[in-house]
Amino acid sequence: MTFDLFLQHLSNGISLGSLYALIAIGYTMVYGILRLINFAHGDIFMMATYFAFFGIVTFGIPWYITFPVILIITALLGMTVEATAYRPLRDAPKISILISAIGASFLLENLAIVLFGGVPKPFPTPEVFTDVVKIGTVSIQKLTFYIPVVTIVFLVGLTYLINKTKVGMAMRALSKDHETARVMGVNVNQIISLTFGIGSMLAAVGGIMWGLKFPQISPLMGVIPGMKCFIAAVIGGIGNIKGAVVGGFILGVGEILLVAFLPDLTGYRDAFAFVLLILILLYKPTGIMGEQIAEKV
Amino acid sequence: MRRNTILTAIALLLLIGFIAVADNFFDLYIVRILNLCAIYTILGLSMNLINGFTGLFSLGHAGFMAVGAYVTALLTIPPDVKKQIFYMTPIMSPLDVMNLPFPLALLGGGLLTAFVAYLIGAPALKLKGDYLAIATLGFGEIIRVIFTNTQSITNGALGLKGIPNTTNLWWSFGTALFTLVVIASLINSSYGRALMAIREDEVAAESMGIHLAKHKNLSFIIGAFFAGIGGGLLGNLLGTIDPKMFTFTLTFNILLIIVLGGMGSLSGSVISAFVVTIANEWLRFLDEQINLGFVVIQGKVGTRMVVFSVLLMVVVLFYRHGLMGNRELTWDSLLNSKIWRGISARWRKTAVAEGGEK
Repeated sequence: MTFDLFLQHLSNGISLGSLYALIAIGYTMVYGILRLINFAHGDIFMMATYFAFFGIVTFGIPWYITFPVILIITALLGMTVEATAYRPLRDAPKISILISAIGASFLLENLAIVLFGGVPKPFPTPEVFTDVVKIGTVSIQKLTFYIPVVTIVFLVGLTYLINKTKVGMAMRALSKDHETARVMGVNVNQIISLTFGIGSMLAAVGGIMWGLKFPQISPLMGVIPGMKCFIAAVIGGIGNIKGAVVGGFILGVGEILLVAFLPDLTGYRDAFAFVLLILILLYKPTGIMGEQIAEKV
Repeated sequence: MRRNTILTAIALLLLIGFIAVADNFFDLYIVRILNLCAIYTILGLSMNLINGFTGLFSLGHAGFMAVGAYVTALLTIPPDVKKQIFYMTPIMSPLDVMNLPFPLALLGGGLLTAFVAYLIGAPALKLKGDYLAIATLGFGEIIRVIFTNTQSITNGALGLKGIPNTTNLWWSFGTALFTLVVIASLINSSYGRALMAIREDEVAAESMGIHLAKHKNLSFIIGAFFAGIGGGLLGNLLGTIDPKMFTFTLTFNILLIIVLGGMGSLSGSVISAFVVTIANEWLRFLDEQINLGFVVIQGKVGTRMVVFSVLLMVVVLFYRHGLMGNRELTWDSLLNSKIWRGISARWRKTAVAEGGEK
C-alpha cells in the first residue's frame, strides 16, 4: 500500500470516527445519567436524516436553513421519546426500561417504514460539501474535512455546557446520585429531558453528515451505526464524553484500516465492532477512560 | 393429586386427538400456523428460562436459532440436492455426504447450539444487565455475518433451499410439550430455585452459596439448546432459510411473547406464543389491504410491526407483569378460579333443581 493510499484511508477513517463520536456522545450522556442504553438513539439518528431529506427535497428549503431547524426538531423528538417510553418507568426494574427502549426503537423504525416507505432514498448533497480537493495525488472530498471540524465545534460547546454552566452542573450531579440532586433543588425530569434533547441534537448533526457522506437513507439505516456507536461509547468508558470521542475514533479508524489492510475480511466489517466490544468488556469493563465503580450492596 | 394426574392425562389425550384431527383434516394454512405456534412456544419457553427465570437479559435468540436451523438443515438435505444448491461454491467435504434422520439432525442442531452458547456464555455471562443485552445482540449479528460469509458451509447470502419439510404437527407439538416438561422440571428443582434466587438478587444468591457462573451457564446453555431445536424445526417447516431471516426482528417477536405472557411464567409464555403467532397472521391484512365493506384502504407494509411495537410498549408501561406475571396456570389454580367456581356452582344448582323436580 502506498503512503498516499494510506492517507486517503486514514482521512476516511477520521471522518467516519468523527461521526461515530457524535452519535456515541448521545449514548454516553444518557447512560451517564440514567444507567440505560437508549436503544432508540440510532433510530433518532435515522429520523433526522429523513427530516433533512423532506426539508430539502420535498419542501425545497435551502440546506443552510433546513439543517439548523432539523437539529431542533430532532431534539424535540428525542425529548418526546424520553417522556413517553422512559419517564413513566423511572422507578421500574431495569429490565422493563430496557424492553420499553427496544419497543421505542422498533416503533420508530417501523413508523419510518410505514410513513416514508422501505425503499432507500437518495440524500440531497449540496455541492459545497461534495467538491473534491486534491492534495498532491490524494483527492479528498471537502466533506471529509468539514466533518471533524463540525465535530470539534460541537464538542467544545458541549464541554463548556457541561463544565461551566448551571445546567451542566445539574447533569453532573444527576449522574452521581438522583436523590441527592433532587434534594439540592435539581429538577430531575427537566434535566433528563434536556440531556435527551442534546444527545438527539448531536445525533442529528451526525445524521446529516452521515447522509452527506453516504447519500442513501433507509428506515433501518440507524440500527448498525447505532450499535457501533454504543460500542464506541463503551470502549471509551461509558458515561465519559471524552471517552466516547476517543472510542468513536478508535472504532472508525480501526474499521477503515481493517478493511484497507485485510480486504479478505471486508465481509466481516460489521462484526469487528462487536468482537472489540467483547474483548474490551472482558479485559477492561469500564473502558479506556471510565471510572472504576465499586458495587454497592 | 390423583385428580390432577387424571386431568393431565385427559388433557394430553385431548391434545393428541386434536393433533390427529388437525393433521388429517385441517387446511394446510391453518396447520402451518399451528406449527408456528408450537415452535414459538418452544422459543418463548427457552427465552423465558434465560430472561424471565434467571434474569439474564439475553437478546441472542435469533443467533441460536440460526445455528440450530442451519445444522439441522445441512444434516437433512439429501446430498444430491446439496450439490444443486451450492452452485456458487461447492460445499465443504464432510458435509456434502452427511445425512442423518430428522430426530438426530434436530438433536445435533440443539447440541451444537448449546455448545456455541457455552463458548459465548463463558465470557459474556460475566457481564450484567444492558451490557449483556448488547453483547448477546452483538453475538446474534456476528453469527449472521459469519453465516453470510462462509460460502462453502452455509451457502452464504443465497441461503439453503430444498430442506425436507419434515416438521409436522406431531414433531412441533411433541417437542413443545417436551420443552415444557423439561423446563418446568428444571424450574421446580433446586436448580430452578437457584436460578430464581440469582434473578432476585445476585449478591444475596452468591452469599447463600449459589455458584453464579455455573447456574447462569446452565440456564443459558439449556435455553440455547431449545432455541436451536426451535430453529431446526422452523427451518424444516419453511423449507428455505437464509441469514436475513435471523435478524433482531425475530428476537423481538420472542421478547414480545415472554413480556406479554409474563416474564417468569411458563404457562404465560405458552398462551402468548399462540396469541402472538396467531395475531401475527391475522394482522397480515394491515400490511396488505383493509376492507371495511364499503371502502378498501390500502394497507402499508410495516403497519403490523408498528402495532406490535406499540403493544410491547403498552404492556411494559401499563401492565408490567403481562398476562400471568410470575404465576402459573395449574389445575389447582384453574379449579379455584372465580370463573370455574361460578360455572360449577351453576351446574350444581341445576342438578339440585332437576333432582328436586323428579
